[in-house]
Amino acid sequence: MERRWIKLKVNGKERQLYIKPNELLLNVLRNELGLMGAKYGCGIGECGACTVLVNGRAMLSCLILAVTMEGQEITTVEGLGDYDRLHPLQRSFLDHGAVQCGFCTSGMLLTAKALLDENPCPDEEKIREYLRGNLCRCTGYTSIVKAVKEAAALMQVEQE
Amino acid sequence: METNTKILAAEFQYLEGQDLDQVLAWLAEYREKARILAGGTDLLVKMKLGHVQPEYIIYIKKIAALNYIQYDTGNLKIGATTTLSQIERHETIKGYYSALYEAVRSMAAVAVKNMGTIGGNLGNASPAADTAPPLLVYDASLKIASKEGVREIPITEYFVGPGKSVLAPNELLLEISIPEIEADTGSSFLKLGRVAADIAKINVAVCLKRSGRTCTSCRIAFGSVAPIPMRVREAESLLEGKELTEDLITLAARAGAAEIKPITDNRSTREYRLKVSRVILEEALRAAWQRAGGAL
Repeated sequence: MERRWIKLKVNGKERQLYIKPNELLLNVLRNELGLMGAKYGCGIGECGACTVLVNGRAMLSCLILAVTMEGQEITTVEGLGDYDRLHPLQRSFLDHGAVQCGFCTSGMLLTAKALLDENPCPDEEKIREYLRGNLCRCTGYTSIVKAVKEAAALMQVEQE
Repeated sequence: METNTKILAAEFQYLEGQDLDQVLAWLAEYREKARILAGGTDLLVKMKLGHVQPEYIIYIKKIAALNYIQYDTGNLKIGATTTLSQIERHETIKGYYSALYEAVRSMAAVAVKNMGTIGGNLGNASPAADTAPPLLVYDASLKIASKEGVREIPITEYFVGPGKSVLAPNELLLEISIPEIEADTGSSFLKLGRVAADIAKINVAVCLKRSGRTCTSCRIAFGSVAPIPMRVREAESLLEGKELTEDLITLAARAGAAEIKPITDNRSTREYRLKVSRVILEEALRAAWQRAGGAL
């Protein structure tokens, strides 16, 4: 299968990749770029563990051919914040114990980021509806939803 | 061989469509060997599971001319690669096309809706496709193109069987067009799944027109209860031209349940679908009637 060059932006950095058309965005992020944040969960669009942002919108990297991402802007959890400067969502997840095994966390964080970009102060129902495609099997949704709610409040205060 | 959904093992030639003519030329040349890729939420899953193995993948999401929602002179036109998210966010659809809005809202979750397209939902021709019953009750029509030209068909003629439509291998769905929603018209969509964001065990859409206490016209469509999404015309004709009462709703719902032909599969049983079809049709009729300004 013929490889193709593609150019895309990942976490703000221009990247050039030489890839086969059947390579999935998830595997390219993990194996070519060393970004291990996005996880392989179900592989068929049911669990949300592989969620990344494409031009700011939550999408499933295990169901995207990397070649189709030419010219697009990808954000993974590594692009959300760093060790010294965590994103308010990351801080809030830590404060609320919303991370147990961590497998769903990067997807949760990115979906929550997309939500707050769209709607800076969602109520609990909105948060639950928006996160319904991100499955968590151990932490429990209560602390995750709380963390998102608190982060929203935190971000509002920081803005003012 | 055990299924591995971590990678996409299948090999294919990737073709990226820059304009419509190019895509139609490829379809004419490669026909059954080619598959259209838009959102990928169905096709890539099927390829990972080994259910389809195209030699050519034609990616159409870069073609801006296929992505639009137009609302003028009362007609709603939706381009085939318009995502489910775009539809859900559209104020006119939310305000006037309640059944379509509710259907899209009930589907999957935000990431899938950011990827999946309305053209893809119809292209897969699943009997459970959630956008199908609303489009059936709105009397939508579909614009279909091939290298030879463009044809337009009513959506009632589109579905042929599970996963099968009238789309020929060299054809591409271009646009979904929905006629104007007149005054005193109401529509609704209801679905039952196992959990939120699920594929439907059964779904139903209703669109009716009211004049005073009379239901002047009514269209009802069920999904997941027959090989294709289907209108239930006997139930519709029971309601048309009659004064709408609770008794009539019960009667019509019973007639609707008698028309469907559900099977038992891994999502539900025939018996359950038959029983519950009556209940959700009653509810959907009441909701549509209230939205048309009627009281019960």
